[in-house]
Amino acid sequence: MENIYLAIPLASLFGAIIAGFFGRQIGRIGAHTVTIAGVGVSFILSLVALNHIVFDGGAVYNESVYTWMVSDGLKFEVGFLIDHLTVMMMAVVTGVSLMVHVYTIGYMHDDPGYQRFFSYISLFTFSMLMLVMSNNFMQLFFGWEAVGLVSYLLIGFWYKKETAIYANLKAFLVNRVGDFGFILGIAAVVMYAGSLDYIEVFQKAEQIAGLSIVIIPGTEWSLMTVICILLFIGAMGKSAQVPLHVWLPDSMEGPTPISALIHAATMVTAGIFMVARMSPLYEWSETALSFVLVIGAITAFFMGLIGIVQNDIKRVVAYSTLSQLGYMTVALGVSAYSAAVFHLMTHAFFKALLFLAAGSVIIAMHHEQDIRKMGGLKKYMPITYWTSLIGSLALIGFPGFSGFFSKDAIIEAVHYSQIPGSGFAYLMVVLGVFVTAFYSFRMFFLVFHGKERMDEHTKEHLHETPWVVTVPLIALAIPSVVIGWLTVEYMLFGTYFADSIVVKNIHNVLGQISFTTEFGFIEHAFHGLAVYLALAGLIAAWYIYLVNPKIADLLQQKLAVVYRLLDKKYWVDEVYFAVFGNGSRKLGNSFWRIGDVGVIDGFIVNGSAKLVGWLSGVMRHIQTGILYHYAFAMILGLMGLLLFVYVK
Amino acid sequence: MIPLSSYLTLGAIMFAISIAGIFINRKNVIIILMCIELMLLAVNINFIAFSYFMGDVAGQVFVFFILTVAAAEAAIGLAILVVLFRNRRTINVAELDSMKG
Repeated sequence: MENIYLAIPLASLFGAIIAGFFGRQIGRIGAHTVTIAGVGVSFILSLVALNHIVFDGGAVYNESVYTWMVSDGLKFEVGFLIDHLTVMMMAVVTGVSLMVHVYTIGYMHDDPGYQRFFSYISLFTFSMLMLVMSNNFMQLFFGWEAVGLVSYLLIGFWYKKETAIYANLKAFLVNRVGDFGFILGIAAVVMYAGSLDYIEVFQKAEQIAGLSIVIIPGTEWSLMTVICILLFIGAMGKSAQVPLHVWLPDSMEGPTPISALIHAATMVTAGIFMVARMSPLYEWSETALSFVLVIGAITAFFMGLIGIVQNDIKRVVAYSTLSQLGYMTVALGVSAYSAAVFHLMTHAFFKALLFLAAGSVIIAMHHEQDIRKMGGLKKYMPITYWTSLIGSLALIGFPGFSGFFSKDAIIEAVHYSQIPGSGFAYLMVVLGVFVTAFYSFRMFFLVFHGKERMDEHTKEHLHETPWVVTVPLIALAIPSVVIGWLTVEYMLFGTYFADSIVVKNIHNVLGQISFTTEFGFIEHAFHGLAVYLALAGLIAAWYIYLVNPKIADLLQQKLAVVYRLLDKKYWVDEVYFAVFGNGSRKLGNSFWRIGDVGVIDGFIVNGSAKLVGWLSGVMRHIQTGILYHYAFAMILGLMGLLLFVYVK
Repeated sequence: MIPLSSYLTLGAIMFAISIAGIFINRKNVIIILMCIELMLLAVNINFIAFSYFMGDVAGQVFVFFILTVAAAEAAIGLAILVVLFRNRRTINVAELDSMKG
């Protein structure tokens, strides 16, 4: 199996290298053939691995394949840890990536950077696979940074577009903040566990949990809390949790396929995956779990609210992604790691579907993204319409669809949790259900139903997108419907994650859920609040935006303050710009004025020149040019010398 | 017999006169040259006196050297003086201040 595991990331890397370096020679068709072949091989081999581990009950593979270096007993290795969690992630990543590759043929059809784009997304697939397959912190960090790099390159893919350049720089900088915490966390792990290997670190978890550390003199922190929170700060950057969420909406400046692949389905879930993988560490720190929970709850609800007022089709989906990532983080916070990863999987399918459907609409609308200028697209684009409907229903948690199972499991898990902050989180996630349904169907109705608000020229050319676009939509719609149904019992309540996720008994909230079958879930849903809230959101969106559109304007006027708060995204961007942007600029400016101009130029360089000038100005008065003054000086000197010799 | 101290006193007085001559004189470079000669003679008197009283001829040998060097120096000094006068049309010490800072 080792060769298969090795081939999975390398096949994608091969495609990326060929398309990247020889793009001109192999041409457009060559580029998409080779990258799709590479990712296709990765996908098929991932399925083989999935089959081997899950269905054949194969052994967990944990070996290093290459030792980079050994420094003071600390091994830097490239290695794979293939267990149930990993194979699921591999299958999801390569599967969605393959769909996006195919879709890109249609979406990027006229783009001059065609080969470059394919090279980047294959490189992304490779990086993401390295991240999820890693068995040590170094490789995790490599994958973590590599996906960040590719994300940066792809957000700024249209490098002549100023907003895109701004957005990719922003994404890069915000991620640096998170990564700083992340690498500090890894450093702490290395310092106290003395190893980078997951398993070795996990074995020392109990020992580390007993230690404490003094960061600010006079305060003592539990070491495990510090490590977990630092690692989670990395996850906050990558998974765009409040307050490091600002980069994700802006990343929509990139082409739609990568919004689907990177900024919805896979890369942004790396943080969720990482925390789930580190569950043996997080279980030892209730403080860190509470922190995770509260951050996730804030993200889940407040980011969803912003989605209601957005008018750019991609930004609505982006805020929905933020909100859903918040749900996953909430699940992590209540120790329902398997629910988080389960939601990650279902979300990957339906969110990629929604993004690709949005992209399909954008193609048909000639790259118009404003939903106020759409409407009535249902009859022109039936396939996009139906697949979008499936994606939206899955997103709001309509009973039976994949998102329903995962979201309901999270809500129930929070319900049973005893961790500090769980009451607040429960309120947030339940209200979030209504918000999710409202903004999803607001967008859905505005795009596909109602009056046709586009201009005549666009209207004449409206038609369904080509098969390379619709086939991925259909291929993603199928798992969006059935994947939850098929896997919920095994993944959440069965033994699926027994080998990779550790949950302490006192935190085991999933174990308290009494209904465990698919039918149990659906039956329970009708006794609970969430489904009714989702339906209420759907009906509210239908009434406000289709039946009686005046209400929307009226509400906007009546609730002007709230509208402005949401429209400005709580002024987070402005605050960051004022405090960190302008603050650091002012700090730099004052360093320049004081340090550079003042001390170095003024004092050291010009100062020494001025000192010499001043000194010689004084000294030159001694040079009278009159002979007897010199003679007198000589005599004085001689006498001084004699006196010196005499006294001595 | 005249004691050594008298010779030394004479030498010191001559030396002092020559130094005073250099400083007090503000007019003439020739006088400075003459004062330098006088200074050397004062030194010579000291040499001769010590040589005689200590019975060591080496002192008198030095005096001959000094006299020779003084003669050469006087010749060079006067030559410089002539050139100086040609260039500046003056040998007034107070006006020779082109080295003034």
